[in-house]
Amino acid sequence: MSESSWRPTASLDNLRRRATLLADIRRFFSERHVLEMEVPILSRRATSDPHIDSIGADCNGAPAFLATSPEFGLKRLLAAGMGDCYYLGKAFRNGEAGGRHNPEFTMLEWYRVGWDDHRLMIEVGEFLSWVLSISRVRSYSYRALFLQHLDVDPHRASLDELKAVVARELELSFEPAGRDECLDLLMSHYIEPNMDSGDERGITLVYDFPATQAALARVEDDELGVPVARRFEAYVGGMELANGYWELTDAPEQLRRFEADQRYREDNDKAVNPFEERLVQALEAGMPNCAGVALGVDRLLMLACAAGSIDEVIGFPIDRA
Amino acid sequence: MGTYSTNEFKGGLKVMLDGDPCSIVDNEFVKPGKGQAFNRVKLRNLKTGRVWERTFRSGESLESADVMDRDMEYLYNDGEFFHFMEPETFEQHQADAKAVGDAAKWLKEQDTCVVTLYNGAPLAVTPPNHVILEITDTDPGVRGDTAQGGTKPATLATGAVVKVPLFLEIGETIKVDTRTGEYLGRAKED
Repeated sequence: MSESSWRPTASLDNLRRRATLLADIRRFFSERHVLEMEVPILSRRATSDPHIDSIGADCNGAPAFLATSPEFGLKRLLAAGMGDCYYLGKAFRNGEAGGRHNPEFTMLEWYRVGWDDHRLMIEVGEFLSWVLSISRVRSYSYRALFLQHLDVDPHRASLDELKAVVARELELSFEPAGRDECLDLLMSHYIEPNMDSGDERGITLVYDFPATQAALARVEDDELGVPVARRFEAYVGGMELANGYWELTDAPEQLRRFEADQRYREDNDKAVNPFEERLVQALEAGMPNCAGVALGVDRLLMLACAAGSIDEVIGFPIDRA
Repeated sequence: MGTYSTNEFKGGLKVMLDGDPCSIVDNEFVKPGKGQAFNRVKLRNLKTGRVWERTFRSGESLESADVMDRDMEYLYNDGEFFHFMEPETFEQHQADAKAVGDAAKWLKEQDTCVVTLYNGAPLAVTPPNHVILEITDTDPGVRGDTAQGGTKPATLATGAVVKVPLFLEIGETIKVDTRTGEYLGRAKED
């Protein structure tokens, strides 16, 4: 333990900037009549997401989990009739630490009733433009982005073709297992870092993800008749900032996805915890058509402060927490 | 030997990759929000000096490499091998020209070097940052020209050639930075 380890890793200026940003976010939503909601951060249910791990806790003698996002709570509120709402607060993910990750982080997540993914993308663009003072917003489909950067159609290329592109561009210690692993590698290692290259900084919105990466988004056919997830992501400076969906409202389909996630976790030796069946009940009761998006506030602050690492904007990251 | 998982990778850690000992230079955790987690790692191959970039699945592990850095005194070169000695134990090690590499032109008997041992045998030699060496060959000195700032090549006792100010003569000793090959000044007589 070094002698200065009691100190915050972030500068006081950056922590003051955080306070301003949190106030600005609340003002943005207040002006648009979107209500701030609190949801449980300590829950009896865990995430079932195949690639996200909940942090376990013990509460009143029974297992509990720290929320990996406020999604389930907010959707239960939407089904109960709350209307447009948002959460601004902490979320927790096990095993995530690095220059852009801390296991405890600040998340902004908001929902718009009656909107679809494309309508919400416009608002995400407005929000980011306003916070970061960036005027240029560009949108690409996932397919267009892969065609532009790598000359490959991510939906129609065969697994062998995708593997060949990966082998051409990256040095791996392993053989990619399937299409999604190939696509994740190409997106995170090749496309993201090159999104802004040689150009002034802009906001990049990417939509129509592969149906296999739908998570909790609807799947519909695109203009070429290929089923795609109505999911989008926002990037600035090659950094992933936000992930949004035109939300799935179909209860039986939601249950199938939870069960498929649980099977994936079991087959891949990951912890299998109780999933949120109350979300399925909420969808059965009827959740309105809506779009929602989750945004990493620490990363937004990194961009606002021109910080190279998340430690520069968090007072006490996990090594000092 | 133990193994290290990707979450333990950090700068300076010595691991085996493709059968060669490597030193980790950088480890970046990469994870799309809804995708799989990877570690994008830069490693220096300690045999070739080349830097490799390699992506691992988070949670993969590598075997640790039996590599350590030791301070040793340079003894002599017998024409084939360079001989070094550990100052505490007097244990001697011989390194071939490949292991010594570019360091050879800075090695002066009795100087202390860092010898990197791999499985107990020298893999690389790092000379001291600063060495004091005698000029064995250079053009005659030009007096009264110290302000001009011109330079000329000078050959040193170890064979290294460095740029020195015009006024220096054969037989003088100078201080040189081995990392840049730069002349730092005349060695102090004491």
